[in-house]
Formats: sequence, structure tokens, C-alpha cells
Amino acid sequence: MDRIPLTDDGKEVRLLESRILFAVVFGGLLIAALLTRLGYLEIVRHHYYATLAQDNRISPVPITPARGMILDRHGVVLAENFPVFTLQVTPDRVTHMRRLLTRLQSLVALNAQDLRDFMRRLKEHKPFQGVTLRSHLSAEEAARVAVHLARLKGVALRARLRRYYPLGGLAVDAVGYVSRIDPSELRGAKARRFLGFHHAGQLGVERRYQKTLMGRIGFKDVEMNAQGREVKVLKRILPRAGDNLYLNIDAQMQAIGEQMLGNRPGSIVALNPRTGAVLTLVSNPVYDPNAFVDGIREKAFRKLATNPGRPLDDRAINGLYPPGSTIKPFYAYAALQAPWFHPHKHIVCPGYWHLPHNAHLFHCWKPLGMGRVDLKKAIEESCDVYFYRLAFRQGIDRMTRYLTDFGFGHRTGIDLPGESRGLVPTKAWIKATKQPWYPGQTVITGIGQGPLLVTPLQLADAVATIAHHGVRMRPEIVRGIVDPITHRVRYRKPHSDPAIPRKRKTSLRRLVRDMTEVVEGPHGTARAIGYGLPYKVAGKTGTAQLWSPEPGYKGKRLHSDALFIAFAPVPHPRIAVAVVVEHAGFGALAAAPIARALMNFDLLGHVHVRPQNRMRPEVALTRTAP
Amino acid sequence: MSLSERWHIDKPLFIALLILAGVSLIVAYSASGKNLHFALGDLVRLAIGFGVMVGAAQIPPDAYRRWSLPLFLGGVLALVAVLAVGAVRFGARRWIALGPLSIQPSEFMKLAVPMMLSWYFSRYTLPPKLLRIIGAALILVVPVLLIAKEPDLGTALIVLLSGIIVLFLAGTSWRTIIVVMLLALAAAPILWAHMHAYQRQRIYILFHPQADPLGAGYHAIQAMIAVGSGGFFGQGWLHSSQAHLHFLPDSTTDFAFAVFCQEFGFLGNILLLGLYLFIVYRGLRIAFAAQESYSRLLAGSLAILFFFDVFINMGMVAGILPVVGVPLPLLSYGGTSLIIIMAGLGVLMSIHSHRRLVN
Repeated sequence: MDRIPLTDDGKEVRLLESRILFAVVFGGLLIAALLTRLGYLEIVRHHYYATLAQDNRISPVPITPARGMILDRHGVVLAENFPVFTLQVTPDRVTHMRRLLTRLQSLVALNAQDLRDFMRRLKEHKPFQGVTLRSHLSAEEAARVAVHLARLKGVALRARLRRYYPLGGLAVDAVGYVSRIDPSELRGAKARRFLGFHHAGQLGVERRYQKTLMGRIGFKDVEMNAQGREVKVLKRILPRAGDNLYLNIDAQMQAIGEQMLGNRPGSIVALNPRTGAVLTLVSNPVYDPNAFVDGIREKAFRKLATNPGRPLDDRAINGLYPPGSTIKPFYAYAALQAPWFHPHKHIVCPGYWHLPHNAHLFHCWKPLGMGRVDLKKAIEESCDVYFYRLAFRQGIDRMTRYLTDFGFGHRTGIDLPGESRGLVPTKAWIKATKQPWYPGQTVITGIGQGPLLVTPLQLADAVATIAHHGVRMRPEIVRGIVDPITHRVRYRKPHSDPAIPRKRKTSLRRLVRDMTEVVEGPHGTARAIGYGLPYKVAGKTGTAQLWSPEPGYKGKRLHSDALFIAFAPVPHPRIAVAVVVEHAGFGALAAAPIARALMNFDLLGHVHVRPQNRMRPEVALTRTAP
Repeated sequence: MSLSERWHIDKPLFIALLILAGVSLIVAYSASGKNLHFALGDLVRLAIGFGVMVGAAQIPPDAYRRWSLPLFLGGVLALVAVLAVGAVRFGARRWIALGPLSIQPSEFMKLAVPMMLSWYFSRYTLPPKLLRIIGAALILVVPVLLIAKEPDLGTALIVLLSGIIVLFLAGTSWRTIIVVMLLALAAAPILWAHMHAYQRQRIYILFHPQADPLGAGYHAIQAMIAVGSGGFFGQGWLHSSQAHLHFLPDSTTDFAFAVFCQEFGFLGNILLLGLYLFIVYRGLRIAFAAQESYSRLLAGSLAILFFFDVFINMGMVAGILPVVGVPLPLLSYGGTSLIIIMAGLGVLMSIHSHRRLVN
């Protein structure tokens, strides 16, 4: 079938030779091109591609350090970390999801919500990354899962440290809380600072000492495959745990304050006047910061935000109150700087006063008047008429000018974020408001009503300044920073703000004496708390009237905030207290006993005082509260 | 009569192939992520391949010549069958399932087309007349179009190339070659317009791999990273991070050479290329020594085709050719292609060892 032609073999071989020779030359060129290219990639560009291969291979993974703990002045833990277990499922490794879930259901409690959340997360998960099935496993559940882990393919038990506030809302306004960072909200330098962190302090020292508490992030270089799975760890840079914080706050004293306020909104600030240490910083009502750590549910947050007691307000540093009569010693200080003022000169208090050529009556809190009143009696019995006249005589600007000596109208500089300035009305301020100002407003400002607003912290700082003979110490929450490894404490040095000039200081001694009469004197407005005390207290009561909304009532009503400022023991005070109880009536009744309890605790170590016979018994028995 | 003569084996070629098979095993073990099971599978495949080669070497060239036409026609029929009843994998219809085996008739055409054309030309004196060249071109176009229709442009071009090599070796005049080349150049835009989007993208990516680093450019970029990171001496055996961490796709098949590059570097490349070129050289020697035109044409074209298989795969890995599915002979894991390559080498051996003693 096949025909083989008669061919000239030699000619054909020569033809083939020439063709193959051409092919060899052509092929040689191709090989040269290939080798050039390979040489270019492997020798010239080797470094570049080796780096790329390394980048492909190795990814740095952050290791989050443990956040520093927060302790009170005696070492009581206010904020710590404890491990929580999270159950994760890697879907790519699970062969039979439904069967696995059924098995897990027998080990841990899984409700319908957990399963719904899981299914939702399952849809948006990245390959080979675990999907959280349930977090916050109990220790028992975690142990049960751990035992069965070998037979649960694709299931992982992840432990992480969660912030925990063991005393709940105690001192929440000083401590603050942490909450989850939303990475999408972080930009620029901030994003770099929080790289690898999942939580950040939002309020209080948690926020203010963010850097100290955070510590330093660690890294591990992990060999990752193309699917993003860890193959092995190549290098580790260990993280440095955050420093612990020692607070000046005394948790027990804080608890006493919070308990004595009970469900009444209010605020208590207790300072050590010599150091500025904040012993107590209460803003009642409190709330549980633990709810915020992993994101508060919207419903719970709305409940907190709309609570008429406004628990989320930090009253101690942010609450603005008219100081009422507690401001009187400070006005007296202003008057004492005037050459025309004589503290011993009497006026007569008939129970009311009016401006010249004006029929409007300004009433004293004692309707029938106090009779002859000098400065000592005006402070001891809190005579309003005396201070109406003083205000009228001094004028608004002169009267309020000296308040700045005590820090009113300025931030105290406490180490907490978001402090309020308060408001001291001056001529300049009045001009700025562009509202008319009447002499009557000056008069009521003279008894701590009107536009004058102070924070409880300012009030405490001011009274501490009197107690510390005119040296104002900066209030400080944090006492020291503790290295978590060596346990060495770096204490913070007390910081004093510019003191009151020497020539004005002499008037402070008079104030201390007169304020002591408020508690110790036979007619003192707070004499009830002085009964039986083994130490001497100086103080001043106050009742501020203001129109404010009331729950269950349309519109506003006239309320009385009870205030009390005090320091003890005279003459060498170790504690200064300011108490504000909202809508509680008379300061002497509602606020003063709280201050006494705190002072007792600080000075005596217990709250209640055994009666002591410091006076004649019949006098003691006839004493009544004003 | 020595053992190699009795079994019709060309000793140098056989030894070179054995060495290559050893390299293949080493690369397969590493590229599969130290999978011994996989390496054993490779060993079995290679053993079968060698068996096929030795078997093919036993058949005298005369038989091949006589069977050229039936084999070619059978292959074309199989290609038609693929288009009719073939199995679809990866979006292309290239396979015929025969029980547990699935064969790729397009691979078979890499052997059948040179045989057919060699037979066609050897029936008349060489160099061929223009009419015969046109006839050969028509024969060639049928399987090429059928394969391109699957679609498997890479194999279609290889088959086309195999035919062109025979045409070239048969002595087609340079004038004809130049005219055809100019025509092809003119037809390039038409071809471009008829290509699939992904095929066009592959050519585009050749020049701009960074345009789509996680999509179409991913293969090319990861292969270049593997090659470049190899350096002069390579990272060492079992140290191809690109393969072990699965950054490099198809590391056991089309991109096995990239794994080899990362592990053995430029030095390894030269040695491997030397081995391949030796095989090509041996093939060309056999062509020279062949005693009649069918054997000469067939041996020459098989040797040159082998060279192109190597060059196209390496060029693709190195990034000077577009990503086409051409396996590297012996090193890439692939059933049909290995068998066909080995069968071709067996034919070469047969041509070499069945010479009639003339002088």
C-alpha cells in the first residue's frame, strides 16, 4: 500500500542538515534569551524577589499585653483582667457542621440567639479563620470542651483576657471603663498606637492613663501559608504588660459614701488637704462598667441614658451646682481683704432685707431674723441678710474676684478627663452674656444662688485650701504607678498650685475659727454632727434652691440641694470633704452626716462614734437640728 | 549483542532520561509538600512511561510509517468524539472518560501529526512541491481547529507547531515560509478578536503582571517570585516556601519548574537545561543517522518538538511567554502528556536501533 519513492538520500540528508542547523541556531537564540531572563530574575533581581518571597511567607502578628490593674490605696482591686474562653469553629475544617453543633450543644449551653449570630458570622467569615460560636464560657464548660477537643475537628477554645471590675460600679467615675475599639474608627497616628489592641479606656483613669495601662505590644513573626493559616512561629518579641495603678481612692471610704447616699443622686469628694490625694470621689447613682467592656446592648444603654437619676453623669467633676451657703466663707474671705470691712461690726438681721428704693424683700432662712450679727455669727448660723448686705456693698466683680484664689471658675487639674470649669460670674462674663444684670442678682449671688456654679470637686478643693492654710494642692486620683514585674512603685509627687499670698493668708485663720463654730458652736448649723466627736471639725452647711425637673411631674419644681463642706481635725486637718445631695433639703440634715461618716472613717477607722460626754448632758439632750 | 541492542535502547538517551526521572521524583516530593504518597505516584507514572518508551522502541519504524495514516485518522475521530461526548473539566471539554481512565486525545495528536505529515511527505521526493505543502497544511488544520475548539489553545498551538516543524524540515522553500509568516502576521488581529477573554488576558498579563496581582497576574507573579528568590545556588531542596505554603499554584504540574528554580537556583537551571538539551541533541543525532526520509523527518521533528515543550514551559515560568498549559517533559505531573512524550522518545529509539547495516 505504501510507496517508497526512489530518492537521492544524500541530497535529502544535506537538506535536513541545513534545516537542522538553522533550527539549532534559532534554538540557541531562544536558550540564550531564556538563560538571560533566568539570570536576570535569579541573580540581578534575586534580592528583590527573595524579599517578596519572605513577605509572602512571614506575617507579623501582634501579641496584646495584659492591661495594667487598678488598685485602691490599700491594694483593693478595682480593675483587673481575667481569662474568658471563647468557642470558635473553623468551618473549612468541619466536615459535618450540623452534627458538630449538636455535639457541642451537649457540652455547652447554646441558645437560639447564639446559633443565629453564628450563622450570620459564618456567612461573612474569611477562609481558615475561626468563627466565634459562643464567648464567655464558664470554667466548667471550657473544661468540658477541652476534654473533648481532640475529637472535635475544627473546634478551638480561645482564651483571652477580659477587663473586669470586681466591685462593679464602685468609684466608676474615677476608674472609668474600657470598651472595644472599632478598628474602622481609628486613623493615622491613633491607629498605629492602638495596633493590636482590642480595648481602650473610655473614661476616668482608664482613659487618662491609657498609655501607662496599655503596656507595649509584642509581635510574633508567623509563617503563614497562602490561605492565611499559621504554620509556625519564627520569632517572638514579647509584649510588656501595662503598669498597675495605685489610686489615692480608699475603696472602703468610697463605699461608705456611696451607701450613705443610697438612691439619692449626689456627689461626695474627700481630699487630703496636705497632698491633694482624692480619697473619695462619689457620683451617685453609679452604674456597672462591666456592661461596657464587650459592648453594651443598645437596650441596656438606653435604659442608663434615660434614667432620671442620670447615672452616666460624672457629678463629682462635671456636675454644676449652685453652692448655696457653702460659698459664704469664701465671700467672707473677699470681704476681709477690703479695708472698710470690720469683722466684729454688728448688723441687725430682722429676717429680711431689701435694696434701697426697692420694695422686693430678700428673706433670711430664719424668718424672724437673728438679731445682732457679726461675721462669726453670720457664718456659724449662716445669716443671709449679713451676706446680702456684703454683696451689695462689694458689688459682683469684687466679690467674685477672690473666688479664684480657691480655684473656683478654673479646672482643678485633677488627673481625670472631662473636668468642668464651673462658672464664676464677673463683670466680663455678664457683658459676654448680653443679658441685663440687676442689682438683685448680685444680692442672691451673695448667698451662693444665681449664676454661680461649682463642681463638688472644686468645692472640696477650695475647702481643702482653707484647711491647708492657703496652699492649694492639685487633686490627684493616682497615687503611684507600679511596675508589674518588679512591683516597684513610682509615687507621684504632690503638686501645689500657686498659694494664696501671705498678706491674705491671715484672714484664713479667722475663717477656720468661724467655720469650726458651725459644728462646735452652741448655735452652729451643723452642731448635730459635732456631738461626741473626739476631734474638732470645721464646716459650713448649704442649701441651694433651684428649679429643676422632677420625675412624674410636668415642668420644673423648686428643689433644695443639700450641701456641706468640712475639714478635720482642726487645727491640723487631714481630710477635707464636700458633699452634695440633690433635692434633699437642708444641708445640715442630709449632707453633714455623710461628711461626718467619712471623716470618722478616715480619722478614727470606723464610722460611728461612741457618745462622749464633752458637754453637760442636759444641753446635749436639748440640742435639735436646725 | 548487548542488552541495550537487544531491547532497541539508545543508551545515552536512556541514561539522560533516567537522571531526569530522578530529578522529577525529587521535585515532585518537594512540590507536593513532602508528600511521599504523591512522590510514589510519580514513580509509578514514570515507570509506566519508561515501559511505554521501551515498548515503543520495539516496533520498527516501518510499522510506524504504515500505521501513520490510521493513527492520525483515529486521533481526529477521537477529537470529534471529545467535542461530542467529552467530559468537561475546568470549563474545557478535553477529556474522554474510559472507565477509570480519562484520556486527552489532543495530547496524542502531538505524536500523530508529525507521524502523519512525515508519512505524507516521505511518499514523494523532497523538497516538496507547493501543492503538497498546501495539502499538508490542510491535513494539519483539521486537528488544530478541533483542539482549539475544546478550547485548548496551548495544545492546539503545540500541535500546529509540530506540523510546522515537519513542514520546515521537509524543506519548504524559504520564500513560502516568509509569505506564510507575513500572512500569519496579517491574520493576527483576526485571531485576537476570536480569542476567549481569558486567553487575551493571559497575553496582556505577560506584559503587565502587576495589573491584577491577585487575579490573572497571580500565577505569573508567584512564579517569578519563586524563580527570583532562588538566586544562584537556590534555597536548597525542600526549601521552596512558595510551594510549601501554597503561594504557587499548580506547583506539581505546569509550575514544577518554578519550584525547581527556587530550590536549585541558576546553577540548577543550567544543569537541568543541559540535560534537556542533551536529549534534544541525541534526538537530532538519531535524525541524521536515520536511513530513509520518513524516519529522518519524524526523528527530527520529535526532537525539535521536545525542545519547544521544554522552552515554552520554562519561558512561561520565567515570564517571557504567556501562561499556557504546556507541561515540562517528565518534570510536570501529568498522565497523558508523559505517556506521549515517552512514546515519542521510544519512537526515536526505534528509529535509532532498527537501522539496516548498509556499509
